[in-house]
Amino acid sequence: MSTEVQLKRTSLYESHRRLGARLVEFGGWEMPVQYDGILAEHNAVRTDCGLFDISHMGEVSVSGPKALEFLNHLLTNDLARLGVGQGQYNLMCNEEGGTVDDLYAYRIGEQEYLLIINASRIEMDVPHIKAVGASMGFPAGELQIEDCSGYSGAIAVQGPRSTAVMEALLPGVSVEVKRNCIAWKSLAGENTLVARTGYTGEDGFELVLPAETAVAVWELLLKQGAKPCGLGARDTLRTEMCYPLYGHELDEETSPIEAGLEKFVAFGKAAFIGKEHLQRQTLSGRSKTLVAFRMSGRSAPPRPHYPLVVGGESVGEVTSGTQSPSLGVGIGMGYVSPICATSGQALEVEIRGKRFPAEITTKPIYRKSR
Amino acid sequence: MNVPTDLKYTESHEWVKLGKNNETATIGLTDFAQEELTDIVYLDLPKVGDEIEAGTECAVVESVKAASDIYAPLSGKVTEVNQAVLEDPAIVNEDAFGKGWLFKIKLADPAELEELLSDSDYEEILSEKESRDEDEDEEK
Repeated sequence: MSTEVQLKRTSLYESHRRLGARLVEFGGWEMPVQYDGILAEHNAVRTDCGLFDISHMGEVSVSGPKALEFLNHLLTNDLARLGVGQGQYNLMCNEEGGTVDDLYAYRIGEQEYLLIINASRIEMDVPHIKAVGASMGFPAGELQIEDCSGYSGAIAVQGPRSTAVMEALLPGVSVEVKRNCIAWKSLAGENTLVARTGYTGEDGFELVLPAETAVAVWELLLKQGAKPCGLGARDTLRTEMCYPLYGHELDEETSPIEAGLEKFVAFGKAAFIGKEHLQRQTLSGRSKTLVAFRMSGRSAPPRPHYPLVVGGESVGEVTSGTQSPSLGVGIGMGYVSPICATSGQALEVEIRGKRFPAEITTKPIYRKSR
Repeated sequence: MNVPTDLKYTESHEWVKLGKNNETATIGLTDFAQEELTDIVYLDLPKVGDEIEAGTECAVVESVKAASDIYAPLSGKVTEVNQAVLEDPAIVNEDAFGKGWLFKIKLADPAELEELLSDSDYEEILSEKESRDEDEDEEK
């Protein structure tokens, strides 16, 4: 590498090399972007079963008698709704309503929660979470916050055949662990958290396990014929579903309301960080809003930062864009002025100085035909 | 790596097939280039009549992941563009040296042919690149 910064490697690094992965930098980690090709990997997840190394993601454990009160102040969704073994998507905001990170929160015990955070945000999130915890002034021992990112591995098993693949390893798991739920299971002789979640729009599981057993479990999953998939396919899959990616659709200057994520903001609960700003945006409007679009005809794939144009005027820019492998057209998301944000609205995407017609569409862009 | 002996090459991984009396040339991307790019989903090619200049960007190839420039190996006027690859860019992945040709030109300056690489020169560049990649891997 020409860069001086030493990239971190997951415990699956050697497996990726052996499988012929092309490795790239992502959030400070050296991660596979693809093995045989993004299209083949994307299609495997849509039609069969794909495996992703997501060990780079961060894990923060929050526990103690005050864990719920703390998390309901820190995060936008209502964690009081979670029974033990359930999870929910959450946003973590700053006082101005900007997004510090988007994450998944699981209740893994009566007074114990696990937050799965973005790799690229671990260094921002952990001090933020600890500072908020300290600011609440709970008596010693009532709240524990621990960053477990360093010693956890994680694997996502995604696609319509993921139930069969997981059943082969853990009989009964697909019946027991329902959508958005999580359970402790023994895999390769170690306790593993098995969650029924994902980032692809397909049924699937995410496994959080000790880094030491990640290789053994990965090998067991490969033996079931699951196809290893890289970050390239992960990106095309999530873009088709309009799932936000931190750093693209979300950042510290962008609120969950602007990103169209109000259903994960529980205004009914007591004060939480950013609440006033978010409430004001829902009442008196916002300066930008996230839309999804698809190209009307053949064009180069839209890419981040390409201008979005309505009636000859620039109204915003692309945040994520790609050629949709499922639909065979260019698709993307971007922020525009709210006045332009109606489904069916024609817009143009400026690609290398030329404008190509597109149309704002409802989310998700891709819907599975059932 | 497949490097046909009847073609000329550039360091930026284009190939050139010269026509009769070296007056015309067909231009494409090498097998190495298509493999590096993987899944090609779109091509922005020059139009018939466009003048292109050796060493400058004259086209863009887009994979799912990224857009990459294609450099003109020679200067000249574009005489024909491969409509089939515009319709189905995956042809470049399937047959980079054959059906996946990109466009043809009428040469402006035959002296530029001196600058092109022979098949053995190009093969050497590929093998140097390969051993460099291995060294980098060892350093890691």
